[in-house]
Amino acid sequence: MSSDAILEVQNLSVSFTRAGKEMKAVDDVSFTVGAGETLGLVGESGSGKTTIGRALLRLLPNANTTAKGSVRYKGQDLITLPSEDMRRMRDRLQMIFQDPLSSFNPRRNVEDIVAEGLVIQGKPAGERKARVQSALADVGFDIDLVAGRKPHQFSGGQCQRIAIARSLAVEPELIVCDEPVASLDVSVQAQVINLLQDIRENRNLALIFISHDLAVVKNVSDRVAVLYMGRIVEIGTGPQIYTRPAHPYTRTLLEAVPVVDATRKIEPDGKRTVMPSRNRPQGGCAFRSRCPRATEICAEVVPTLRTAPGGQMVACHHPHDEPASGMAA
Amino acid sequence: MYSEAARPILSCAAMTCEMDSVSGPLQILQDINFTLAPRRALGIVGESGAGKSMLVKAIMGIAPKGLKTKGRIELDGQDLLALKPKQRAWLIGRKVGIVFQNPMTSLNPFVQIGRQIEEAGCIHMGLSKADARSRAIELLSFVGIPDPEDCYDYYPHQFSGGMKQRIMIAAALICQPDLLIADEATTALDVTVQKEVLDLLQTIQAERQMSMILVSHNLGVVAGRTDEILVLYGGNVVEYGPTAEVFRNPRHRYTEALLSAMPAMDQPAHTRLRTIPGQPPNLANRPAGCPFAPRCPSAQAVCHEIMPPMSAGIHPDHRFACHFPLAELPRPAPQEVAHVQ
Repeated sequence: MSSDAILEVQNLSVSFTRAGKEMKAVDDVSFTVGAGETLGLVGESGSGKTTIGRALLRLLPNANTTAKGSVRYKGQDLITLPSEDMRRMRDRLQMIFQDPLSSFNPRRNVEDIVAEGLVIQGKPAGERKARVQSALADVGFDIDLVAGRKPHQFSGGQCQRIAIARSLAVEPELIVCDEPVASLDVSVQAQVINLLQDIRENRNLALIFISHDLAVVKNVSDRVAVLYMGRIVEIGTGPQIYTRPAHPYTRTLLEAVPVVDATRKIEPDGKRTVMPSRNRPQGGCAFRSRCPRATEICAEVVPTLRTAPGGQMVACHHPHDEPASGMAA
Repeated sequence: MYSEAARPILSCAAMTCEMDSVSGPLQILQDINFTLAPRRALGIVGESGAGKSMLVKAIMGIAPKGLKTKGRIELDGQDLLALKPKQRAWLIGRKVGIVFQNPMTSLNPFVQIGRQIEEAGCIHMGLSKADARSRAIELLSFVGIPDPEDCYDYYPHQFSGGMKQRIMIAAALICQPDLLIADEATTALDVTVQKEVLDLLQTIQAERQMSMILVSHNLGVVAGRTDEILVLYGGNVVEYGPTAEVFRNPRHRYTEALLSAMPAMDQPAHTRLRTIPGQPPNLANRPAGCPFAPRCPSAQAVCHEIMPPMSAGIHPDHRFACHFPLAELPRPAPQEVAHVQ
């Protein structure tokens, strides 16, 4: 874990209220991100990955939403920051979304889309042009070839590169990437991942990489946080999480990843997941109804994060100690 | 192609699909040939636009209007393209079950799921109301829906995505089909649920002695669960053979590029991934020759001019369309193949 954390998230909770009922989407989450570091957030749908990403940048809807806890970026608490200051903060914190096309104005030219953040910052036209040019160059576009074209004239992978260029134009220090490759084909996904890695290295960017794909997260992340029902159940370095996962949920996830290995036929098992209700919290560990290791204590006491034998933090009463089977470093 | 088998359940020969568009005729599928024997599982993989779904839709006869299909598609010995549309629909409805990617667009939100499962059974098998109901309930419990008798009266929105996909599978099984097609059936699901649904499909296939086609963009999904695999690129079959053989020793350069573009679980962090530069072919304006040639690092002049024919490797069932295929790897000794799990 890096000591020079630029982002410190402490006890972040986000809840949505609907029809008088409160639903905790994110529950008491704490983590840090160092300069130039990539933190991967993984979990199933509904685990709170996107909500965390949006909460960090204050992009959650205002109505019926409560965010508690603190999100400190270089000492400044973003949760309580006045919105005018938050707007200025956005030249250091950026976000990339899963579906780039829906995050672009379809009627604008590519160069205007990329310049949007710079306009908001009030940068003079000359500087804007230079920055747009260099941001587009960073993602592999020649401004003279793409200028004047509209988003629909680009493929999905190209649109995602334009979205990356848009976030790079303001020269941020941290980018939250929310499923940036989920909608892309394998060959295009590889291009975008490599691109993000190059940019991260060249610009010493910190990334928060949200994905449901554990193989992608493994490739891009220095550290990984595993989320289940709004809580971090395990957080540690990539090798810790992938070679010696301590939480039974992390193991369940890893075992379910479809592996490109045709040397052995997969033996189907008849297990079936029963997802517990989010509206009626069951008390104790949220994973216990799916957990093969659950005992009485799991129903009574909510496990808190503590250090596992492998060195990572795990929230489990009965963590695994042995290395995962079939997992290479 | 597979000698052990009797009559294939499905075979396509010189199948071609074309469609008119504003920018001229689109050649969506070209010269598709494959055979699926009873009780075998076939994987169809490719990236978006490769023609995976169109192939399935053309076989099922549910392709968009204006799609011109030529060649020969035989279902259990009957030439589908020679049949009248009604006869064809009747035959397919009886013998083939299909599960699509998005269960919400296949299920009617206003109709109880039990009714939707029975529908095809009542039409094709002439089941009585009581028989249909008991069979639907039986299938619901077979696909792992708890309390099937209560669930019969529920509506689609009362189920999660994985459960809805199980309901779709139950509906596809009502006529006891000989062939089950899953077209990206697990793509929208979480990994844990995806595994369960794939396990279920595999179990059903074995128990009911059906043939199965798994269509996916994810090579991992088909790797351990199919007997043969068909790799599509730009509407052409570029490689076709026993799954284990194709993964062990891909001969076509596209297959190999696709395999190495995937981030693997056994690579350390920040491993550079191999990319495939360029774009898939424009179907309205196909280049002559191999569709992959413009993106292929090993392409020569001939690749841009002549479409490579399907040729076989040492393994006679392993075929690929490449002028300069990758080298044949020696078969590893059995103990090297054995995987420690």
